[in-house]
Amino acid sequence: MSTAAPSAQPASSQAASGKGLAAYCRGVTKHYGSGSNQVLALRGIDLEIPAGKLTMLVGPSGCGKTTLISVIAGILDRDAGECSVFGRDFSAMGQRERTRYRGENIGFVFQQFNLLPTLNAAENVAVPLMILGEGRAAAVAKGKEYLAQVGLGDRWKSLPSQLSGGQQQRVAIARALVHSPRLIVCDEPTSALDHETGGRVMALLKDVALKNDRALVIVTHDARIFSYADQIAKMDDGRVDQVITGSGITAEARGH
Amino acid sequence: MFFVALKMLTGDRAKFFGIIFGITFASMLITQQASIFVGIMTRTFGFLTDTNQPDLWVMDPKVQFVDDIKPMQDTMLLRVRGVEGVRWAMPLYKGLIQARMENGTFQTCNVVGLDDATLIGGPGEMVEGSLEDLRLADSVIVDQVGAATRLAKPAPGAPRDAEGNIPKDWPRIPLTVGDTLELNDRRAVVVGICKVSRTFQSQPVVYTTYSRATRYAPQQRKLLSFILVKAEQGVDPSILSDRITHQTGLAAYLTKDFIVKTYMYFIKYTGIPINFGISVMLGFLVGTAIAGQTFYNFTLDNLKQFGALKAMGASNGRLLAMILLQALVVGVLGYGIGVGVGSSFAILSKNSELAFRLVWQTLVVTGVAVTFICILASLLSIQKVIRLEPAIVFKG
Repeated sequence: MSTAAPSAQPASSQAASGKGLAAYCRGVTKHYGSGSNQVLALRGIDLEIPAGKLTMLVGPSGCGKTTLISVIAGILDRDAGECSVFGRDFSAMGQRERTRYRGENIGFVFQQFNLLPTLNAAENVAVPLMILGEGRAAAVAKGKEYLAQVGLGDRWKSLPSQLSGGQQQRVAIARALVHSPRLIVCDEPTSALDHETGGRVMALLKDVALKNDRALVIVTHDARIFSYADQIAKMDDGRVDQVITGSGITAEARGH
Repeated sequence: MFFVALKMLTGDRAKFFGIIFGITFASMLITQQASIFVGIMTRTFGFLTDTNQPDLWVMDPKVQFVDDIKPMQDTMLLRVRGVEGVRWAMPLYKGLIQARMENGTFQTCNVVGLDDATLIGGPGEMVEGSLEDLRLADSVIVDQVGAATRLAKPAPGAPRDAEGNIPKDWPRIPLTVGDTLELNDRRAVVVGICKVSRTFQSQPVVYTTYSRATRYAPQQRKLLSFILVKAEQGVDPSILSDRITHQTGLAAYLTKDFIVKTYMYFIKYTGIPINFGISVMLGFLVGTAIAGQTFYNFTLDNLKQFGALKAMGASNGRLLAMILLQALVVGVLGYGIGVGVGSSFAILSKNSELAFRLVWQTLVVTGVAVTFICILASLLSIQKVIRLEPAIVFKG
């Protein structure tokens, strides 16, 4: 891992400055398959994800971005190395505790939104609260509040099929925030959207998701949204080649 | 989360109704076929349940079921009466006798001859007339269904051919009190109409006195079909049964044992249970295939949603509960509708030839079958969801 831009501020120094780390990975490896079919997806990842910042994982398809966020979010087990989210290691937890911890502390925004097609917008937003045991009425009421925050207060009754792609992604963002997680993980949140809608979604994400020192990790290869990042981790072939911060980000966005 | 499970289930109407249809089909077919089977089996011993006064049925030891008549000598009646503990013992004739109809055709009737003095063994319910009327000359009592169907008489104004016969297709009306029949060339006057359980062979049942029945019957040396026995008060009928067998060499069965003997004969020596068993099994298999396949497809279609729920913190246990709830809902609905439709046959077939008898045991068996179908269907889905890697949600 290296820091490219002179203005780049290493995450560890952010931690030292009191901002704190949301998560970190050291020497993380992960493989799929076995024998001659074995593929090494992560080859010793070192990465720090600062709280209150937007970190982007960028790189070509198959470079290990999705595997890395799956490991960070505790939905895939690593083979080796260290990985901690808010001081807790998923590998040290049992299945039930891990699921609970993930439900309480991590919010997800998926590339294909993954909204439940038979629930209306408010009910979709309320799902993480219901998973955590909150009653339906209270959860849906809170869901409506968060829909209002993403500008869809008047569309709470709409089914996903009645919403545009951008609106569905806003519902997904509200769903990722509703239970006040400390880390939001987004997988290609703009790839299914046009440039203008993608820009609006990113602005919204940055505006609402980074409140309260929340950390935001976005996997993307959409260079149009690089400028929204506070830190960009460039990945290739299972490694983080470069971490770019500060003015280096502007240069990276222009370069694409 | 149960709310989410139900919304997922009912959201896709086509699949939802598809699953319910599968279970309904299985439930209906199992209920209906099993009820027809029970109905047919009940007909085999209907005569025994209708004749409820005696404690014991005494007969030739070689008799295998109620219609398997092996006549005894009349003197056996006296021997049975002589057994200690017998309160009364009455003769009963049961046999098939041809009745000549007014239009010239013949109809085989199940003629039952009752003890002339006591009329024990008569029908339980009279619709018209009274059992006592059997004491009148040439009198018979005919069962209601037989009177309205097989023994029905030609409507008034019927044309007759040179031999006095009426065309077979001439409309017919039910036999009523006052009408006459010819039983084995002897005159029989209908003095009453009664209600009896349908018989297995669906022949009309004609009650008369024992002495008259033996006159109607073809001449044989032995004519006594059964001896109906009542035990003295305080005497155990089972012990009395053994005593009668020991002292007379005849078989003596409690009514419930004779019922079992009768339907076991039909189960053992006819293909009825196998044929109905195949229908029931077919309903079960088709229902399982439709419901299982649709339910599994429903889960596969929602796999990504389940993956998203898993990623968002839903445990395997909770997803399992969701799937089981979905299976329970479609199971209860399918069972209810299926049993409802199946039961409607009971109402529709009430006055028809269809042997349909719905008993609570059939509902339990159907319920067990439906539960099994739902468990099978949900097991496939459950293992898919349990093994599901939540990382699936990151695959575009």
